Amino acid sequence: MKCGVVIFPGSNCDHDLMVVLKSLTGEDPVKLWHQNPSIEGCSHVFLPGGFSYGDYLRSGAIAKLSPVMKAVSEHAANGGFVMGICNGFQILCESGLLPGALLRNTNMKFVCKNVHLTPINTNTMVTTGLNAGRSLTIPIAHGEGRFYADEETLEHLEKNNQVVFRYCDASGNPTEESNPNGSLNNIAGVCNAGFNVFGMMPHPERCAEEGLFNTDGRALFESILAMASA
Amino acid sequence: MQAATIEQAKQLGLLEEEFHKICQILGREPNFTEISVYSVMWSEHCSYKNSITWLKTLPREGSKMLAAAGEENAGLVDIGDGLACCFKIESHNHPSAIEPYQGAATGVGGINRDIFSMGARPIAQLNSLRFGNLKTDRTKWLMKGVVKGIGDYGNAFGIPTVGGEVYFDDCYEQNNLVNAMSVGIVPVGKSISAAAGPPGNPVYIFGSATGKDGIHGAAFASKDMSEDSIQDLPSVQVGDPFWEKLILEATMELIETGAVVGMQDMGAAGITCSTSEMSAKSGVGMDVWLDKVPMRQADMKAWELLLSESQERMLVVVQKGMEQKAIDVFEKWEISYAHIGEVTDSGRVRYYMNGVLEGDIPAESLVLGGGAPVYKREWTIPAYFAEINKFSLDSISDISLEQAREAALKLCAEPNIASKRWVYEQYDSMVGTVNQSTNKPSDAAVVMVKGTNKSLALTVDCNSRYIFADPDKGTQIAVAEAARNIRVTGGVPTGVTNCLNFGNPYNTEVYYQFKHAIDGMGKACRKFDTPVTGGNVSFYNQSTNGNAVYPTPTIGMVGIIEKPEHRMSLDFKAAGDLIYLVGKAHNDLGSSQYLAKLKGVEYSPCPHFELDEEYAVQMAVYGAITSGLLQSTHDISEGGLFVAALESAMAGKLGFDICTLSGMRNDAWLFGEGQSRVLVSVSSDKKAAFETAMQQAGVSATHIGTVQTAGVVVNGNSWGEVSDFARPYNTVIAEAIG
Repeated sequence: MKCGVVIFPGSNCDHDLMVVLKSLTGEDPVKLWHQNPSIEGCSHVFLPGGFSYGDYLRSGAIAKLSPVMKAVSEHAANGGFVMGICNGFQILCESGLLPGALLRNTNMKFVCKNVHLTPINTNTMVTTGLNAGRSLTIPIAHGEGRFYADEETLEHLEKNNQVVFRYCDASGNPTEESNPNGSLNNIAGVCNAGFNVFGMMPHPERCAEEGLFNTDGRALFESILAMASA
Repeated sequence: MQAATIEQAKQLGLLEEEFHKICQILGREPNFTEISVYSVMWSEHCSYKNSITWLKTLPREGSKMLAAAGEENAGLVDIGDGLACCFKIESHNHPSAIEPYQGAATGVGGINRDIFSMGARPIAQLNSLRFGNLKTDRTKWLMKGVVKGIGDYGNAFGIPTVGGEVYFDDCYEQNNLVNAMSVGIVPVGKSISAAAGPPGNPVYIFGSATGKDGIHGAAFASKDMSEDSIQDLPSVQVGDPFWEKLILEATMELIETGAVVGMQDMGAAGITCSTSEMSAKSGVGMDVWLDKVPMRQADMKAWELLLSESQERMLVVVQKGMEQKAIDVFEKWEISYAHIGEVTDSGRVRYYMNGVLEGDIPAESLVLGGGAPVYKREWTIPAYFAEINKFSLDSISDISLEQAREAALKLCAEPNIASKRWVYEQYDSMVGTVNQSTNKPSDAAVVMVKGTNKSLALTVDCNSRYIFADPDKGTQIAVAEAARNIRVTGGVPTGVTNCLNFGNPYNTEVYYQFKHAIDGMGKACRKFDTPVTGGNVSFYNQSTNGNAVYPTPTIGMVGIIEKPEHRMSLDFKAAGDLIYLVGKAHNDLGSSQYLAKLKGVEYSPCPHFELDEEYAVQMAVYGAITSGLLQSTHDISEGGLFVAALESAMAGKLGFDICTLSGMRNDAWLFGEGQSRVLVSVSSDKKAAFETAMQQAGVSATHIGTVQTAGVVVNGNSWGEVSDFARPYNTVIAEAIG
């Protein structure tokens, strides 16, 4: 397993993600600069959170045109593992590597807080280590995180088990009150039809070390690691 | 060069005597460019001319100080493990009062540049905000704009906002306050000085291009707000956090190359301030070719380039021969840069435009500590003190416990007491994965220092109502509360940065407040061994109807938590734990929210406070924490003992049962804000050890109740569920703003 973290100008969760990946794999992830047209042989590519290119125009809309994204797309087309968190998720949707779009939160405000998530499909590379129905506490921090897709796409996603996480209450129920941004069907994370490209708005890398008094996010990375060595 | 007139000098805010002094320094009459330069450098904002005499009385030395107070862009203290903490607080009040979004955003940008221009990577931000009445449209507009401005800038910049305070009082209706603080880490010995160094080295500007925005921002900050302030709108700068993030990363890489001799960010008075201050510090001069500066628009004049406060710009002196290393970094990050000058041995800043000398000034004559004027103003005892002295507690009749329950519900709905969730959830508080308060709330915000076992405890505090009532004692309380918040979180108070927000210094009553606030600050900082490392002064916070804001000397304090096991949180932990009040209760309602908001009493004395008593309480609680005797700690502040207990219960998802104390009025016991008190919980097996420890420390500890699984009980009577109080507490601000 060779991990790479893409760095766009304006990325600001790249370092946090690299710390977690190193703590699990023991190796420093490769920093993939946005102007780099290659992913340098990485098996697992991560797109971190932040404000790539200032998120001007629209979140992720400029990042998708960067040289590195061409290489990421090829990697994905060949079945390689790609995961985008927060701004990374927005970029993957803009790039067409994931279905749907992320719109302004319904209350029109940036929101940063702990939310509850429940894994829906526990047969993916990100979720095999998780228990279905269990509620995880994972923080969100975004202004544009409302997952949206047209009716047909949404139906297809649900049927095809491409919904990976939903926002839920403390007991694991995806209620309206527990939906922090107005996402359709409480969707917090999805994957592509090939089950190799993942995107989620919540930040598992922000709750993966003991010193923060919440390690719920670690299970996602452990799952990725376990599947890579399986 | 055509000489400027005395009328032009006056229009720029210079006094007649100051104009004559300039003529004396130059040995000739100044031209327009030169008086423009003097007018900003000698403005209150840059020169501290009306405050420096008193600021020098503050304790500014300590074994941990690594930079002399006020000498660098920010304070620098040794935190052990080979690391230093770099921190500072700064105001952006006037811009935020006319353009809240950009005003607040650029305040955040400016304070972070102060930190990273010293080579420290920011790890946490805090802020202190004051608004008028939350019911007015103006306050709602200001608050929405300020909070969004801080959020949009700080969130994109990618440094967590971990703490702060928000107050509402009518005195801030026209002149709201926005104070922003940033905290960074740099290895000891690796920090960068704002000094030009020896002659011969090239000077570069990098970051954004220079435009006409923010010209005369420093002068604008140095006068009263008025109906015409909107005319000063061009004085407000426009921020771009994306650029700031690129400049942060480029600056860090630039320092790594070893090419940097000295660096300063461009804040107030832009190129003028950075070139003259860096030169004066090294006793050298600088030749600056203004036409080389990357410009946002054509036809900019010399004085406009000199005074522009366009954001996200840095001035760096590069080691001669290492220019290419610097250029490689600028080009990697695709930021504009230019070689705009050279350090000289002339001792003068010489500004050229297309080969023409536009200004020629001794650098030393411009700066604080050099030629900038220093004034000692008159003060008079404020007339309103007579109203305060008239107050008698007997004029307020005590309440029954039934009435107290109603009062408690009302207090929970007071914006000054209620949760500030509507504000802080718009800030990214977790980026950087250092914030240890997200899942374990405490009185001070706690952030990890990565690569060590330590954490920093950070807080900003200032109850300005107390300072209005008694500037000296009230400011002692502000320092004490900051130290208390750090101590009860398990930290050792280490250093202070201050943001002194006052009215017009030419008003003798305002000057009384200022002088006595500094006296009080000095006493308290000496007691807690927290030297003042720097900060800023913001005068002229008043509208033209003559009403000054409450004197608001905001205290930003940094403390060190030596070991993870010392870290203490405020949430109740388990039903059955015993609740104690550490520190003495007094029959005191002075300047409490209860008195001001529920009883409508505007003038009452500062609450009970004695510096030695406070210190003893803090050390006793800290001792109990480090001995492992406590379950939770929460200091008693606005809203009194009842609100403190409620907050510990809400955070722990538990309830409590407390009793009143004989000899104490119900209102003073539950809602009084007498200082030097901490609410703690103790597991029953530690009861004896805890009581012995408090006795040995000579500090009063009264067993006042028990943590329960749920519900609020006072003297055996149910007051209902915690949620009855939590509902208004958690929702009132969001509902008011709409």
